Amino acid sequence: MSRFRVPGRGRVNPDRPVTFRFDGRPVQGCEGDTVASALLANGIHLMGRSFKYHRPRGAVAAGSEEPNALINTRRGPGRAEPNTRATMQEIWPGLEARPQNCWPRLSFDLGAVNDRAYMLFSAGFYYKTFMWPRSFWDKLYEPVIRAAAGLGVSPSEEDPDTYASRYLHTDVLVVGAGPAGLAAARTAAEAGLRVVLVDEHAEAGGTLLSEPQARIAGLPAWDWLTAELAALKALGVRVMTRTTAIGYYHQNMIGLCQRLTDHLAELPADTPRERMWRLRAARVVLAQGALEKPLVFDGNDRPGVMLAGAAQTYLHRFGVRVGDRPVILTSHDSAWHAAFDLQDAGAKVAAIVDTRAAPPAALAGEAQARGIRVLAGFTATATSGRLRVRSVRVHPVSAGTVGAGEEIACDCLLMSGGWTPSLHLFSHTKGSLAWDEDRTTFLPADTPEDCVIAGAGRGLWGIAATLADGAEKGAEVAASLGRGASAPALPVEGDRTGSGTSHTELATDRSPSRARAFVDFQNDVTAKDLRLAVREGMRSIEHVKRYTTNGMATDQGKMSNINGLNIAADALGRAQPKVGLTTFRPPYTPTSFGAFAGYHRGGHFEVTRRTAIDPLAEAAGAVFEPVGQWRRARYFPRPGEDMDTAVARECRATRTAIGMFDASTLGKIEVVGPDAVEFMNRMYTNPWTKLQPGRCRYGLLLGDDGFIRDDGVIGRLAHDRFHVTTTTGGAARVLNMMEDYLQTEWPELDVWLTSTTEQWSTIALNGPRVAELLRPLVEGVTLTEEAFPHMSVAECTVAGMPARLFRVSFTGETGFEVNVPAPMGPALWQRLAEAGAPLGLTPYGTEAMHVMRAEKGYIIVGQDTDGTVTPADAGLTWAVGKAKPDFVGKRGLARPDLTAPGRRQLVGLLTEDGTTLLEEGAQIVLDPAQPVPMKMVGHVTSAYRSEAAGRPIALALVEGGHGRMGETVHIPMPDRTIAATITGCVFHDPENTRLKLAAPGGDA
Amino acid sequence: MLLIHCPYCDETLPELEFAHAGEAHVARPENPSAQSDAEWEEFLFIRRNVKGPHYERWRHTHGCGRFFNAVRDTVSDRFLATYPAGAPRPSLASLTGESE
Ligand SMILES: [Zn+2]
Repeated sequence: MSRFRVPGRGRVNPDRPVTFRFDGRPVQGCEGDTVASALLANGIHLMGRSFKYHRPRGAVAAGSEEPNALINTRRGPGRAEPNTRATMQEIWPGLEARPQNCWPRLSFDLGAVNDRAYMLFSAGFYYKTFMWPRSFWDKLYEPVIRAAAGLGVSPSEEDPDTYASRYLHTDVLVVGAGPAGLAAARTAAEAGLRVVLVDEHAEAGGTLLSEPQARIAGLPAWDWLTAELAALKALGVRVMTRTTAIGYYHQNMIGLCQRLTDHLAELPADTPRERMWRLRAARVVLAQGALEKPLVFDGNDRPGVMLAGAAQTYLHRFGVRVGDRPVILTSHDSAWHAAFDLQDAGAKVAAIVDTRAAPPAALAGEAQARGIRVLAGFTATATSGRLRVRSVRVHPVSAGTVGAGEEIACDCLLMSGGWTPSLHLFSHTKGSLAWDEDRTTFLPADTPEDCVIAGAGRGLWGIAATLADGAEKGAEVAASLGRGASAPALPVEGDRTGSGTSHTELATDRSPSRARAFVDFQNDVTAKDLRLAVREGMRSIEHVKRYTTNGMATDQGKMSNINGLNIAADALGRAQPKVGLTTFRPPYTPTSFGAFAGYHRGGHFEVTRRTAIDPLAEAAGAVFEPVGQWRRARYFPRPGEDMDTAVARECRATRTAIGMFDASTLGKIEVVGPDAVEFMNRMYTNPWTKLQPGRCRYGLLLGDDGFIRDDGVIGRLAHDRFHVTTTTGGAARVLNMMEDYLQTEWPELDVWLTSTTEQWSTIALNGPRVAELLRPLVEGVTLTEEAFPHMSVAECTVAGMPARLFRVSFTGETGFEVNVPAPMGPALWQRLAEAGAPLGLTPYGTEAMHVMRAEKGYIIVGQDTDGTVTPADAGLTWAVGKAKPDFVGKRGLARPDLTAPGRRQLVGLLTEDGTTLLEEGAQIVLDPAQPVPMKMVGHVTSAYRSEAAGRPIALALVEGGHGRMGETVHIPMPDRTIAATITGCVFHDPENTRLKLAAPGGDA
Repeated sequence: MLLIHCPYCDETLPELEFAHAGEAHVARPENPSAQSDAEWEEFLFIRRNVKGPHYERWRHTHGCGRFFNAVRDTVSDRFLATYPAGAPRPSLASLTGESE
């Protein structure tokens, strides 16, 4: 048995020893221990080093509020977690726990030199010291600060665990399974409601686990707890332990993170590590209890200085005596019981030091009877000890004067500054808090959510009071849901009620400027820092918080917020309620990224849309690129080819023979109905009335602001039916926009809109020999220039498949787009590939498509336009039906700014050396000799190597570009400035001779 | 996560099914070309940015696809009402129980 384990105490199993490793050494604990309780059972208080000063630190708490005892837990590659609270991590055989933030080792840390230089590291230190020059931040300050100050190290391997997500709906959620929560759950369940009860600890019980002396309804507390949990189970209550309510979201949605495997030695197969529940409850009962406050005095952070309530938990729940010679330092009655219980467990209590001049007579009497020395009306001004507290210096205080000091030897110092309701989740609801002067704390007031607070969370104290309140709140909630319920009164014996007083810093006889009195242990913020922040002009509590970082560490200020607020209020000379409270935000405790991500990782991170033809492209060795949610074949490299070579070959094949391209991702919307043509006239810039069925037109879509939103070829299949195509990325947006106008502006139009993007496989065929390929395969339409000219559409069959055949071109070559029902796409692709092979048919990808369209000056919306480009800017005035009375964007185009001179206009750019490829996004200036910052007049939107043009080409938006033909502009790059000439946008076949269809039997 | 009542489906459903679509009751003028620059600017750009009950549009994107109107308090993030597009705006007094 470990030296500090108390036989017969605690809920751990002494017959089941568990060996784990801490700081590289084996440590033995018992089944049921946390890392912290097992270390304390072995007399180990030193568990970590602090964030900024690298001061030695031990566990100060026993729950999730612990700021100091942060460890890195490991379970093989990828299974490492930093900043785990040793007070929450259960031990299992083989667990490897490492202290953090220390080098070379925990007991001797070189970083502790920061502690000597603490005057440098006070509030606002970073802001004041590392201001200038900017470049020093990246190269010097930040790396050094990050290396010296930090919390743990993130794992770098991929996490092999899985994480689950679930939804849950219930009538009542109770958060916290202490006396109040248990009673609320019981009452609500007995009223016939579905109840979920969650608790972040390994077992339910809360305070009861630390107060076995109490008797409830005639039973010892722990027996009552066992019976109560059985009763809840019988009532169908879902009790979830190791489950943290991390956040309270709108309309009673609560996020619950359930930890399933972190306490297990063997990982069960097919079990997620954690499960995130999104729970929606008709009513929520918050029964999260209260957190004990530390006292603020010099040296209050030494290992061995601990909250008195935590010492009680270690003794009663874990059977661990945190020291042999404790001193109790308190301003609240509750800590006196720690002295008595530890004495009963074999400790020699050196003294009870109470800051109050007259603590309750009953407590003082018992201390006297037990022979414990009591110092009432005393303060503590210092502690000693390097890696563990060895003594505390105490003084009498009378009328504000600190008297002569006395050093009391001890091996632990158990403090209590009173208790603060745990209001984090209540705060998430935007609930208001009311200042309670008697308890010097905030209590919950109003909340917009359907939630109530029960027990210590609203300032009640003692088991009887919280049990009664829980039952009452359970009945209240049941009544609000239309169920009658009774709240039984349970007699409690051995209850420990009490009260206390509240302090800022404890009185001291030393210069306050030298005191290392910590308020926020995790972020190393002292009382002096808070006062300095106020002296330096911070008035808002939110500013004080940010300037000092008080309450901003991973513990969210659970222990530090109220002390920090009291000290700041004192420094400001204002009452607490006037100073206000900083905002608590989710999550309540640090939560793994895995739990939030759930199933959304790897291939499930985002939907990947694939066309029906995609498997053939993959089999052909295509290199893919993401476009919106689609993955598209970018190019089809042959062995030994890089991208440039493959793309050049694909372009060449298209311009000399046939190129085949999977265009299925193009958005497709069917616009149908008696008013379809009127709808099209109103949506698109172009006139549609005179477009005959069987013909197509390039359509341009603007917003009402006059800027280009989308474009695409639109075919009229019948008087009342249009086949609209959109850009790949714009399909959903365009349909949404059309629906918006149709539903809300023009509900009188009889039109139906249907997304057909995924109904069709679309194969684009381009090149001089394309007619030779298609003529034998197409039935129902004659492929001649006369019968089926450029910009025609027909319903026919292709290779025996029902098809919509478009005569369109996005390359400048003779072009067709064959649409067949999506599942037929692969068969058609293969058929065309076979039939086209003797003609030189070559598949091409999006990269060659981009090159060829740029050679023809065809824009890509979103690349060559950016949401501020008008049709005139893009050289598309011809597509605007000026005679139409209205269309979306018509009035916008007449806005003064859109007709003003000097707009950025789309032009071509040719680099003057004829060989340099410009960079897309590069900025353009007129005079490269001007001083920095230069006036930028535009940017490159597209740039490619072009075999057809015999040189690199580019498109760009340039101020007044259309009036600058032939002028030289300059593109400054990091290593040089490139000169380029402004040209038109068409670099290949400006007369469009190649669009023509070769006559049957004629030369290609 | 908010719960939103679709007036067409007549069901209360999670926010994930819906998309916000800006301020409501901003009608596109009958004849935009007859609008002055100032009038068009008002229609196109000027929004109320209300603190408190706000008339706004939503679309049941992943449901029936319909656009509808809502009154939402931008301070509490509570929906006070939802109603079909084209229906008259409900008076705030009837929703909040206060006299305007
Ligand atoms: Zn709906």
